[in-house]
Amino acid sequence: MKIFLVSIKLTLILIIICAGLFPLTVALVGKLAPGRGKGEIITVKGKVVGYANVGQKFTADKYFWSRPSAVDYNAAGSAGSNKGPTNPRYLETVEDRIDSFLVHNPGIKRGEVPAELVTASGSGLDPDISPASAYVQVKRVAAVRGLSEAKLKSLVDAHVEKPLLGILGPSKVNVLKLNVALEELR
Amino acid sequence: MLKRKREIKLFEPALVNTAIKQSFVKLSPRLMVKNPVMFTVEIGTFVMLAVVIWQLATHDITQGALWYNIVIFVILFITVLFANFAEALAEARGKAQAESLRKTREETPAKKVMAPGDIFVNEIKIVPSSQLRLGDRFVCESGDVIPMDGEVIEGIATIDESAITGESAPVIREAGGDKSSVTGGTKVLSDRIVVAVTTHPGETFLDKMIALVEGASRQKTPNEIALTILLAAFTLIFIIVCVTLKPFADYANTPITIAAFISLFVCLIPTTIGGLLSAIGIAGMDRALRANVISKSGKAVETAGDVDVLLLDKTGTITIGNRKATNFYSADGVSEKAFIDLVVYASLADETPEGRSIIELAQRKGAAIPNLRSESDATFVKFTAETRSSGLNLANGTRIRKGAFDAIRHMTTAAGYIVPAAIEERVKLISGAGGTPLVVAVNNEIKGVIELQDIIKPGIQERFERLRKMGVKTVMVTGDNELTAKYIASKAGVDDFIAGAKPDDKMNYIRKEQAAGKLVAMMGDGTNDAPALAQADVGVAMNSGTQAAREAGNMVDLDNDPTKLIEVVEIGKQLLITRGTLTTFSIANDVAKYFAIVPALFIASIPALQHLNIMGLKSPQSAILSAIIFNAVIIPMLIPLALKGVAYKPVGASALLRRNLLIYGAGGLIVPFIGIKLIDMLLGLFI
Amino acid sequence: MNTELFGVIITFFLSVLLAFPLGKYIAKVFKGERTITDFMNPLERLIFRFSGVDPAEGMNWKQFLKAMLSINMLWFVYAFFALIFQNKLPLNPDGNPGQTPDLAFNTAISFLVNCNLQHYSGETGLTYFTQLFVVTFLQFVSAATGIAALVAVFNGLKDKNTDNLGNFWAILVRSITRILLPLSLVMGIILAFNGTPSGFDGKDTITTLQGDTVQVSRGPAAGMIAIKQLGTNGGGWFGANSAHPLENPNYFTNIIETIAIILTPMALVFALGFYINRKKLAYVIFGVMTFLCVLFIGLNVYFETKGNPAIDKMGIAQHIGSMEGKEIRFGSAATALWSVVTTSSSNGSVNGMHDSLTPLSGGILLLDMMINALYGGVGVGLLNYYIFIIIAVFISGLMVGRTPEFMGHKVEAREVKIATLVWLLTAFLVKAGTAMAAYMAAHHPDLAWSVNPSAWLNNPSYHGFSEMLYEFTSANANNGSGFEGLSDNNIFWNVTTGFVLILARYIPIIGPVAIAGLLANKKFIPESPGTLRTDSITFGAMTLAIIVVVNALSFFPALALGPLAEYFSIK
Repeated sequence: MKIFLVSIKLTLILIIICAGLFPLTVALVGKLAPGRGKGEIITVKGKVVGYANVGQKFTADKYFWSRPSAVDYNAAGSAGSNKGPTNPRYLETVEDRIDSFLVHNPGIKRGEVPAELVTASGSGLDPDISPASAYVQVKRVAAVRGLSEAKLKSLVDAHVEKPLLGILGPSKVNVLKLNVALEELR
Repeated sequence: MLKRKREIKLFEPALVNTAIKQSFVKLSPRLMVKNPVMFTVEIGTFVMLAVVIWQLATHDITQGALWYNIVIFVILFITVLFANFAEALAEARGKAQAESLRKTREETPAKKVMAPGDIFVNEIKIVPSSQLRLGDRFVCESGDVIPMDGEVIEGIATIDESAITGESAPVIREAGGDKSSVTGGTKVLSDRIVVAVTTHPGETFLDKMIALVEGASRQKTPNEIALTILLAAFTLIFIIVCVTLKPFADYANTPITIAAFISLFVCLIPTTIGGLLSAIGIAGMDRALRANVISKSGKAVETAGDVDVLLLDKTGTITIGNRKATNFYSADGVSEKAFIDLVVYASLADETPEGRSIIELAQRKGAAIPNLRSESDATFVKFTAETRSSGLNLANGTRIRKGAFDAIRHMTTAAGYIVPAAIEERVKLISGAGGTPLVVAVNNEIKGVIELQDIIKPGIQERFERLRKMGVKTVMVTGDNELTAKYIASKAGVDDFIAGAKPDDKMNYIRKEQAAGKLVAMMGDGTNDAPALAQADVGVAMNSGTQAAREAGNMVDLDNDPTKLIEVVEIGKQLLITRGTLTTFSIANDVAKYFAIVPALFIASIPALQHLNIMGLKSPQSAILSAIIFNAVIIPMLIPLALKGVAYKPVGASALLRRNLLIYGAGGLIVPFIGIKLIDMLLGLFI
Repeated sequence: MNTELFGVIITFFLSVLLAFPLGKYIAKVFKGERTITDFMNPLERLIFRFSGVDPAEGMNWKQFLKAMLSINMLWFVYAFFALIFQNKLPLNPDGNPGQTPDLAFNTAISFLVNCNLQHYSGETGLTYFTQLFVVTFLQFVSAATGIAALVAVFNGLKDKNTDNLGNFWAILVRSITRILLPLSLVMGIILAFNGTPSGFDGKDTITTLQGDTVQVSRGPAAGMIAIKQLGTNGGGWFGANSAHPLENPNYFTNIIETIAIILTPMALVFALGFYINRKKLAYVIFGVMTFLCVLFIGLNVYFETKGNPAIDKMGIAQHIGSMEGKEIRFGSAATALWSVVTTSSSNGSVNGMHDSLTPLSGGILLLDMMINALYGGVGVGLLNYYIFIIIAVFISGLMVGRTPEFMGHKVEAREVKIATLVWLLTAFLVKAGTAMAAYMAAHHPDLAWSVNPSAWLNNPSYHGFSEMLYEFTSANANNGSGFEGLSDNNIFWNVTTGFVLILARYIPIIGPVAIAGLLANKKFIPESPGTLRTDSITFGAMTLAIIVVVNALSFFPALALGPLAEYFSIK
């Protein structure tokens, strides 16, 4: 019986510490962080267009496309496709995406299509694409927007984020930031 | 050291015949159930039999071809027989060993001494030995075979013990003292003794040992129980593997035949060790018996392998018999010749082995032995604890004394003489070299020193080195003084010694080591050893010892050989090692069997798994057959190893583990790959 | 060198580098020596006084387990009801509903046992109240329970002969105040400053650049994410776990989060050495664990960076590896690293979807969880390793001709029995569970009560089998990651995995603590040259062999039918 009493009292006080004081402390300190603990926001002319870290759907030819998403970039939820590597239906889907990409990007050869641009991300909210995925779209975006490929290429160059400290991890391009810059190019 | 007097060939035809018969007898499920691993194989065999019968009745071929199922059934049946054969052969060997001993159990006429007041006029009545009861007395005269174990209570006799020890030299047994025990089956050569029966019929050491090696009363040892649990766990794991494989296969749309399931199961469970486990245990007892050690239980043999500390008597174990005189040193002004004559006089009455060795040495140096046997020539002075010297007084009044330096010095200085410096020097020298100095004085004047030396047994250092590598600490027990003990200890290479030991010291030493968590073994023979023998974890009593000592120990050495402890330790270790290595081998075998059977099971519906068929076995059928044939034949192939035991190398625990892991672990991984492949190639000729 | 590979190496190296001093510190904490966190003393005294605990009062192994199980039971009841009625409780800005009883059963157990298998999605399945007052709370106390059980075993090993395994309450509290809470605070704040939400604001609705209207889930996530990583819990705030760009915003946080997964488990191995003053033993154990873990990491990094052969066949450019289910900011190598450490350590958080990994990588994760002792869950990983040690000690003891002993105590039938039972249980739960699921999928695809087994699997054939196998393996390992394509929020999976979770948590804790208690009660045998040293490399190799062979033997057929068959089918 003593064990039970101790259990109850200990549980109470530990709940207060672990579930109350701890997150409150983090929340309070988090207020000082960029985005004030609510998530970092990107605005265009004072209008919120999205969260820097949360990917968005870009399917129009005039934008650089994001990767395919299993949740259609609705960040109310998040998920990957969970398709297995040998699933025939999945492989068909990828095949379709390649075809669709080739249709929208005339002049690009099949061997140039980056696999990451036709496979879905883990969260369904991937904010980034690989540099290769950005460069491969330059031709299409330039054609649609009537810009020179060279100019667009240098825009992408400027938006390639190097690995951490230059040595750790992959390079990437934030699609939202790139597209915002693209809009501002005019 | 080991006297292989009753060596039996491994596959002696007579034994093999008995063993084959027994293999069938042991098929009885009531006996099989004691061995869970093989019992499950037997069940599998019955299931296959049912499948075959059902197929014969219905001609259904969904379970595979009839011939194939029959072959599987036969192989499984043979697997069980092989395991039974291993056990039966070990038992048969044990029985054969015991047979010569058992002969002594046969009916022998006993001359029973009837209690006063019985109706018989004659005091002695001839009864069959089986009618003797505890406490009864019987008489044995020259030529009689002693009918029962007992203790001599009257008389002295020479006895031929070759029936049990194989040693033909007769031994002396007498009432009182430490050599009072006689063993049933031995023969009285001369004189007459009265013996009191000390055991109930059927409960002698020999009876117990025979029962042990025959497997009748063999109880599983703690290690064996733990191992059986582990093996049962492996068996359970593979039951789970096989049972759950059914729904897995259903999901993969693969029909698996009953034969394939049972084959997979039988191959995976540790049948190799399961089939050989009891044979290994029996063979261990058998090895002990062949070393002429009778053990009260299998546990005692196993414990011997764990022993940390070994208590050894100096005399007889480390040194040969007793001390011997090696040198005479006369004092200044005394000629060597005169001194030797004095020495002879001083030792004439000394019947101790040391005393006799002094006479022997003197004779070799050319001294004559005076005939001084009558009281009128001289009076003999016996050794007393008071004077600590002995000698004689000649009729002319000359007092010749021989004794420890301290005693003689006391005597000398009390009489006003001084101890010559050279003598004092010599005494120190002798003591420092591990010898014992005896000083001789005439009329209280010191005339010289006799040097007695212990002769260390040849080869004993290597044995102790071997023990040290096993991790066993050796302790020498001796009545010698500190200095002598130390010298002999270092020369023989023992780790520690108890000098000036009294009976209690052994006991205290054992208690001290045990309190520190050590396992202690000792050997003893006298009644005053009994408490220490009982206290020791492994107590080996000499067969010649008193009944009390034999009761207190848990082993009896028929050879009365004090170095036997070392062999006992090795036998114990070998027993464990054989079990451990064969377990490892058995489990490691499974890897290859998986690679044979799993692709075979699924190849029809999952062709991609052909990649797992790394042995390139011909067909699913031949793969499964090869695996279970390998599984069956490996059992008889390992019987010699199981019975002889895996060789023990005293190289330290980690090195030994490395070695055995390499041989039996890595070997266990590789051998079946080769074996299964070969069998598959062979089968390819037929199917 | 390739920056992705370099990132993997540096991350792993940093983990070891940080774990060593942490291990030393942990040993000091439980020895009662002075440490830099002594400022927690007043707080601890307050806790003990309030709850009526005398921290100096010793417990034998039975009392220890009784205390542990009692308070765990209480936590379960509390969590279960809180989850069912979460819609009626405060802090529910998104208006999420209460959980169904079977889901609440599964969720409560899952977090109670430090598994964090999530059959719901964080954004919609929980409220902020339950995220904090159930999930975060249990993430602290379940990790602390594991540490407490381990420290009990430490105490059994430390003394030559003892009854006293320590005071459960005191160890539990100090695990939180001295280890988990300070580390979580630091890490939570790092995450908050890197873009992880920490405030209590609910979902945000925005119009994207392209003009779509979407919502963005948020909440006080940073702290919870810290403890979920540090306590080998793994249950994420968001559904996609650490693949979610708010839960794990960049490569830097990914390094921090990866280290946090194995930091405590690694440190506890070092702590063993410092605590019982057998450093070499700890290094050998650490060496064996690291050998296998690094091997697995190497293989997975290789397979993932090499890419999916089926995609290769399509003739497109697969230069940065298999990216299905992975995030660009981490890349395939870092995701492969994470996948191995998270399965090694029974953490179960993910930064990429395991279901989409290439076949052999998935197989290695399964094997990793079957072993479940390569660092392992906080506390319990080393306990699982302890079981392997007991089996290895037993077999190798026989092989050198000596009754087996570990740390001066004889290992006999009773200990072998307990050890094999624990080991049998693993094999049984995983295989029996998977068999049941496979049976239903094969024979009763349309069973209504279990929501149509035919609809469970997101992938057909071998991979579908792997999904079922993975779910039970993960539940048994108290891991919590999943081949998430499996539709597991239904009564079959909620209930079966729930029971697997309970058994696979408490029996592997009770077993080793009981063995430690029994051994500590036995006569102490000092080491002699004949003693088999358990801190030798040879014995380490023996343990390694036992771990590999024992697990390979019990799981080979299952692995052959799932990952291996899939691998060979596209080879």
